[in-house]
Amino acid sequence: MGLRVLAVDDSKTMRDMVGFTLRNAGHEVLEAGDGQDALDKLGQDKVDLIITDVNMPRMDGITLIKELRQHAVHKATPILVLTTESDASKKNEGRAAGATGWIVKPFSPDKLLQVVSKVCP
Amino acid sequence: MPQDFNLEQFKVTYFEECHELLASAEEHLTLLQNDLGNVDVEVLHAIFRCVHSIKGGAGAFNFTDLIDFTHSFETLLDKLREGEIPVSAELVEVLYEATDILSTLVQRAQANEDSDPQVWEKTKQKLEAYLNSEAPSADHRDAIVDYDLTPEQEDAQGWGLFVDVVDDTPAPEVTSQAAQNFTPNYKIKFVPEPHLLRFANEPLLLARELSSLGTYVAHADLSRLVDLDQINPDEAYLSWTFELETDAPKSAIEEVFEFVVDDCELLIEEIAEAGEQKAPAAEKVAKVKSAPKIDEPVIESRPPTVEPTDQEPAQLSAPQTTQLQETSDDRAPALEAGKEAPKATLKQQAKISSIRVELDRVDRLVNMVGELVISQAMLRQQVENLIPEDSHVMAQGFEDLSAHTRELQESVMAIRMQPVKSVFARIPRMVRELSARLGKKVDLITQGEMTEVDKTVIEQLMDPLTHMIRNSLDHGIETQEERLKSGKPERASIKLSAEHRSGRIQIEVSDDGKGINRQRVLEKAISKGLLPSDHNLTDDEIDNLIFAPGFSTAEEVSDVSGRGVGMDVVRRNVVSLGGRISVFSSPGEGTRFLMSLPLTLAVLDGMIVRCGQEKYIIPLTSVIESIHPIAEEIQPLMNGAMMVSMRGQYIRIVNLHKLFNINGAVNDPTHGLVVIVETERYGHVGILVDELLGQQQVVIKSLEENYDPIDGVAAATILGNGKVALILDVDGLADMEHGSERHRTFANLEQQVLLTGEKAHGHD
Repeated sequence: MGLRVLAVDDSKTMRDMVGFTLRNAGHEVLEAGDGQDALDKLGQDKVDLIITDVNMPRMDGITLIKELRQHAVHKATPILVLTTESDASKKNEGRAAGATGWIVKPFSPDKLLQVVSKVCP
Repeated sequence: MPQDFNLEQFKVTYFEECHELLASAEEHLTLLQNDLGNVDVEVLHAIFRCVHSIKGGAGAFNFTDLIDFTHSFETLLDKLREGEIPVSAELVEVLYEATDILSTLVQRAQANEDSDPQVWEKTKQKLEAYLNSEAPSADHRDAIVDYDLTPEQEDAQGWGLFVDVVDDTPAPEVTSQAAQNFTPNYKIKFVPEPHLLRFANEPLLLARELSSLGTYVAHADLSRLVDLDQINPDEAYLSWTFELETDAPKSAIEEVFEFVVDDCELLIEEIAEAGEQKAPAAEKVAKVKSAPKIDEPVIESRPPTVEPTDQEPAQLSAPQTTQLQETSDDRAPALEAGKEAPKATLKQQAKISSIRVELDRVDRLVNMVGELVISQAMLRQQVENLIPEDSHVMAQGFEDLSAHTRELQESVMAIRMQPVKSVFARIPRMVRELSARLGKKVDLITQGEMTEVDKTVIEQLMDPLTHMIRNSLDHGIETQEERLKSGKPERASIKLSAEHRSGRIQIEVSDDGKGINRQRVLEKAISKGLLPSDHNLTDDEIDNLIFAPGFSTAEEVSDVSGRGVGMDVVRRNVVSLGGRISVFSSPGEGTRFLMSLPLTLAVLDGMIVRCGQEKYIIPLTSVIESIHPIAEEIQPLMNGAMMVSMRGQYIRIVNLHKLFNINGAVNDPTHGLVVIVETERYGHVGILVDELLGQQQVVIKSLEENYDPIDGVAAATILGNGKVALILDVDGLADMEHGSERHRTFANLEQQVLLTGEKAHGHD
């Protein structure tokens, strides 16, 4: 498969786990610590998928998604939002902002890969 | 791959992160508490994120206690930051308590132990009390989608918007996947809303997912398709009807469309065995949500959708970047409880101006640079004799090499340097809580938090610091009444400062309390047999008796001052790091603790001495002086040991050659050099060596790691000539020399009681 994925989360543990799962499946994973970091790292370079948490300093996930959906380069990139079970409203907020889908934490690596293959060609 | 997805590897990172997050949460709580009248919502957001992140990881590792507790904590914080619950002083206290509990739970998780629910149940209830007192608002989280709505009700809710589209329009395009014996058991109608593509949801991918469930035949509906010159590439015009043959349950089909349900019309019908469709009327289902087990909120109004690109994006609000106030300096260092503190604003760290590096890597770097220093020194020594006199270039070359290596070493050592701030940061809260418990009003003044010290030393600072402060609070500072009576201000103050001095870090903890009660100290020391009643100690010496071993016992140390650990243990620990600690007191005016530590534990300044053919290193910080005694000054003892008289004191000689069995060494002190060193338990002793060879900064190499611990030896190093030299442990040697005679005699005690730190007048 070999997708280029950007993982955005202020928790290093989360980034590590997402990165590990995806890299093991043969994907390339970039990491960012918050929304602003994500935009900076993306620049004008397209990626195949963006996975982002919601609660982050500087720029949160919802804002990031909105920004991405307005960005000439990234507006059609699949975006998955990481949300917790107990906060279903975040799913909708994410969706409303333009997320392609969501992953509920805690997730199993299989589930993560399954969702990824659902939204990525 | 999934089989070897071992979570263990992430736990280390997680727990490290938890510690950082907890520290950050406490810092922010302090900010919050200092400015209750003017709550900065960013502070609340920050605290929320800390707890949220801890919870996230806890979920991944299934730490049930942690998950349970953090959930309540997080929910409360969420409401706080949304402004649904007001912040009050009592609430902040509960938050502090919850943070403590959180810290305990994390520790338990890290130690792989379960925690006693009693530990956290109470606090959890307090948290929930705040949540329940809130006026019940329509908690939309718990609403369940009602599947049994009538079409009229659906219309009323807005679901009926797309009902009209269910027409039988002509000219379906057929995509056939099926082989001959194709008996579909589901009919799926999928009509995407025009904006679906803007979510990057691809109908093609949905179809692909369907095909993983079985075989399908798709009929495309082109009725919404416009002319080519009017087509907007971001809009969806097509819709499909899929006939699917599958063994999968309906929920699996629903799951295929789980992300797009709100942005399409979806109808999943079972086809009866005979190939007929079930009566559509009865099957008119409201928008299918994902598998019922997940509770979905009822969406009362349609959420704002992404606008088409050729229109003004008016609907999207301007990006709400959370701009934190940027200033160039750090948070105000003095967190003075109660005083009119300037509003501590949240400062943002410069954009990625630092990176995280694993400590292992830095250690390896330090080690390698240390080896480089040694290699360079060796090379230089070899070559020194070979450099012809007129080869200035070569000589210069080596000078440069030496200088660069030294600089490299300093830079590398600097990498591990950290400001003591991380240790100081926990003190304000300690002071606040203890003073509250003791009913005393205390202000804490901190200075020099940015003073840097090696990471290895930082970790060792907390303990002695804690004890010094507790000591001040418990014994030094008087109650408010006492203070007022003696004309002092009601609020006591404790000053905590750090600075670099003579190549070391000096930490001072001073208070304006009543000072050390010398009478009581003397009485205690005498009653414990540490001191004869006809002693002649000076005031300073009496004060420092508190460090004497056995001075404080468990039953006397109050609960506040800590678990029965006395100042003697504190001093022992400090000294074992190569540090010194002492106390100065002014009755009625205050007490001052002075602690100095080396800047790093990886490198030390050593005095190189020779004993026989062997070279040893004596840490310079332990060395007082060295003397060439004359016969008259030597006093042999009955058991064969020797003392040397110095300024009226008798100092025990440590016969290194005997202890280490060195042949050919000087065994007559008058023919050798006696290096007077300070030891923890025996005061001053003199180590007999052949001669002094020089002074050098050496890289400390652990003996335990490379060999085994050896009595009398602290560590090892490699000298310029490539030989291994042992770094002496002066306390260990003194121990070995005294052998069986471990009891203290008066002469030794007096020395022991002498200051081991800077004297009162700054004399080192």
